[in-house]
Amino acid sequence: MNSSVIVFPGSNCDRDIAVALEKLQFKNKMVWHKETKLPKSDLIVIPGGFSYGDYLRSGAIAGKSLIVNEVIKAANNGCLVLGICNGFQILTETGLLKGVLLRNKNLKFINKDVNIKVINNDTKFSNKYKKDQVLKINIAHNEGNYFTNFNHLKELNNENLIAFKYCNKNGDTNKEANPNGSLENIAGIFNTKKNILGMMPHPERMVDNLISNTDGINLFSSLLK
Amino acid sequence: MKFSVTVTLKEDVLDPQGKVVQNTLQNLGMDNLKSIRQGKYFEIELNDNDQIKAEKKVNDMCKKLLANLIIEDYKITKI
Repeated sequence: MNSSVIVFPGSNCDRDIAVALEKLQFKNKMVWHKETKLPKSDLIVIPGGFSYGDYLRSGAIAGKSLIVNEVIKAANNGCLVLGICNGFQILTETGLLKGVLLRNKNLKFINKDVNIKVINNDTKFSNKYKKDQVLKINIAHNEGNYFTNFNHLKELNNENLIAFKYCNKNGDTNKEANPNGSLENIAGIFNTKKNILGMMPHPERMVDNLISNTDGINLFSSLLK
Repeated sequence: MKFSVTVTLKEDVLDPQGKVVQNTLQNLGMDNLKSIRQGKYFEIELNDNDQIKAEKKVNDMCKKLLANLIIEDYKITKI
């Protein structure tokens, strides 16, 4: 499986995701944002970081960069696209995913391992997980407070487009388990065709017991199926 | 031709930064303070001489990049 990781000035999780992908035998290429052509890719990853120093709004400038036009074309043709953290913010700025990521409700940058629950495991990204499985995944963001309009929220629920929700260790998605104020504890969403996943937690940081855990591996191995 | 653009969060979107600034000012004794909303300010200069055309361009800039219309409103003023 061929993957491409898009690199912007200020991306800082690009090498982590490359290590995770290569560990699972993806043939990965790094793609600089000024490129106008994508290598042959089954999966495009927009990594975390602070593209363009979060100028204007997180992801706003990166969302208008040259390579993003190609990502949009590929995504519309059904290519799998994964946006993590700043990558999720960029995907919302491109319009590939609806909604927006606001400043965390408590105004603090949050960096900690949190529990998230698998809401939809019937997708290319999540089929190796069990439904309602509770994972422990790291989050590290300042703008992760997901917000969208009423109609889209309804669509997310009715069409089963919510990928992950923040929860406690028992899997309860209550207010106390919501780290950033996200609408309905949303931690990750799919587009309507479910070929695009945007998520704030960092699965690429959870692929090795030596440094954390392996709760993130199934996301990548799901894609290989 | 020069325009100013202010971008602010829509009324029903929580503005935590504005809220903190408001609380701090209240702590400083500004007790008649009713509310504060924080936003962004741009000064944009164009080479056009036709005001209608120029304003349309600035409007386009706001829609395409300067504001995220899901959460923000913008206001253009000629200066």
